[in-house]
Amino acid sequence: MKALVWHGKEDIRCDSVTDPEIQDPRDAIIKVTSCAICGSDLHLFHNFIPGMLPGDIMGHETMGEVVEVGSGVDGKLKKGDRIVVPFTIICGECDQCKRGNFSVCETTNRKRHLAEKVFGHSCAGLFGYTHLTGGYPGGQAEYLRVPYADATHIKVPAGIPDEQLLFLSDIFPTGWQAAVQCDIEPTDTVAIWGCGPVGQMAIRSAILLGANQVIAIDCLPERLSMAEAGGATTINFETESVVERLNELTDGKGPEKCIDCAGMEAHVMASQPDTLLDRAKQMVMLESDRPHVLREMIYVCRPGGIISVAGVYSGFSDKMPMGAFMNKGLTMRTGQTHVNRWTDDLLRRIEQGEIDPSFVITHTVPLSQGPEMYQVFRDKRDSCVKVVLKP
Amino acid sequence: MFHFSNIVRTKGDPKILEGGPSLKRPEDQLARALGWFSIGLGAVEFLAPRRITATLGMEGHETLVRAFGVREILAGIMSLSVDKNAGLWARVGGDGLDAAALLSGLTSDNPKKSNIALALLMVGGIAMLDYRAAQDTRPRRPPREARRKLYPNRSGFPKGLENARSGAKQIAAHPMPERS
Ligand SMILES: NC(=O)c1ccc[n+]([C@@H]2O[C@H](COP(=O)([O-])OP(=O)(O)OC[C@H]3O[C@@H](n4cnc5c(N)ncnc54)[C@H](O)[C@@H]3O)[C@@H](O)[C@H]2O)c1
Ligand SMILES: [Zn+2]
Ligand SMILES: [Zn+2]
Repeated sequence: MKALVWHGKEDIRCDSVTDPEIQDPRDAIIKVTSCAICGSDLHLFHNFIPGMLPGDIMGHETMGEVVEVGSGVDGKLKKGDRIVVPFTIICGECDQCKRGNFSVCETTNRKRHLAEKVFGHSCAGLFGYTHLTGGYPGGQAEYLRVPYADATHIKVPAGIPDEQLLFLSDIFPTGWQAAVQCDIEPTDTVAIWGCGPVGQMAIRSAILLGANQVIAIDCLPERLSMAEAGGATTINFETESVVERLNELTDGKGPEKCIDCAGMEAHVMASQPDTLLDRAKQMVMLESDRPHVLREMIYVCRPGGIISVAGVYSGFSDKMPMGAFMNKGLTMRTGQTHVNRWTDDLLRRIEQGEIDPSFVITHTVPLSQGPEMYQVFRDKRDSCVKVVLKP
Repeated sequence: MFHFSNIVRTKGDPKILEGGPSLKRPEDQLARALGWFSIGLGAVEFLAPRRITATLGMEGHETLVRAFGVREILAGIMSLSVDKNAGLWARVGGDGLDAAALLSGLTSDNPKKSNIALALLMVGGIAMLDYRAAQDTRPRRPPREARRKLYPNRSGFPKGLENARSGAKQIAAHPMPERS
């Protein structure tokens, strides 16, 4: 089959690889009908998250049709079923899964010893991500083996196009969880850093959860225009002072709730000198992340407020203003998304026409053009916001 | 075909049968070669500055050579990173400094001045490559003033933004149980 394979920094190729096979009774194989490129894939493209090996298949936003099931899938899935695959692989049985903390499933990381060394404890296995999270082959491919398939799936009905359902795999629940973690109240201002696909979903989620005011921050006009269409007031951090504007919009009090949808690769620019220092340290491996957005959120958040982090951080962040964080009595909530905790509700909202996540798609191309699209998405060329690949 | 990466595959995972084309361009390879060259030269300058000053007849300038070594290493690391363009421009600047330092040693009483001339020639050659690579690897991000498509109609709410807002307000209007 064809698959997008990681060969090194900025080197993803569309290779011919062997087809996946059932390895365990709880496996299923799907024929992929649609998959997408995520902002997290860019961190891997840049080799900023350790633990990738040449030959790893990329991709964790995937859906398709079940073509083969193992003997242990136990009637939960059958040939011909249409499923969206959550990016977190879950067993459905462990302590954490039972609590709905799916992204920290205790069972599915097949290289748990690596994660335990680095993080203290293991997290769930993830598709198309690093070997710290199991090194499972990803779904930017014609076929995908879904381990623990009896639990790791979202069954979706016929009659709704792929484009509306695909993002149940990751970015829609991710934006949703980021907003839910804020405990939004009807008087709240929610500020969202980053208007990439995840930020766009967080904006819509904050609106659906009843925020009084949603403010979106980015520097790309096309993404800001999309944020505004979704109901956000926008701030362009290249031309305006984020802190000043946020205070202006909240009578000097700061937003109650702040969401990071930018992550470890904050834009590097001279007017934000900390980003230059972070970038320099990153190069000589003194720091793994560029946490500019975290610092800014802590500084500007209203005392007693909540900071919700959807953006991915990989290792160590320096110069975190813990003094402000502590004295302002802030709360921080984070996490890879517990996808299946939210998808029943979100699927219902799609079916009822409350939201149509396909608004974010700007490019749809054949899988073989995937490698070019990584560059287009990374460079923000052609007003690209979200790329869908068709195998 | 043999693919090295297949050796480390977990048993059962798909293996590469035939590799597809890489998007690495010749200029990316050149940038990489220059990056490693920079680190190698920097290491020599940093670790053995006396050998260099002796070869050039410029004894007494070891500290400067060491500092240049550090500069070379940092520019090299940058040239190997995703910000290779900045690294290559740093190298172009560094070539200028190298040339200036060498010229200062090109005095009539320096017995090693032929070595300096040779070194200058090498710096000139490398500088041309650095400049080429820096030109060819300019980031492909569109400039800030470039025209872009905007998406003012993509609300994502099939029933409209106002409907989405008021739906949420209705839910909020139902009184929640008092918090204690
Ligand atoms: N928690 C999860 O489970 C989960 C799931 C999916 C993605 N993610 C992460 O979410 C993040 C965003 O993903 P995406 O797909 O939207 O990626 P993206 O790269 O398209 O979007 C990031 C956006 O952040 C903006 N940005 C950069 N610096 C900024 C700054 N200083 N202030 C404000 N905005 C800034 C960029 O311009 C860009 O538009 C990534 O870090 C990704 O890894 C997390
Ligand atoms: Zn993702
Ligand atoms: Zn589990």
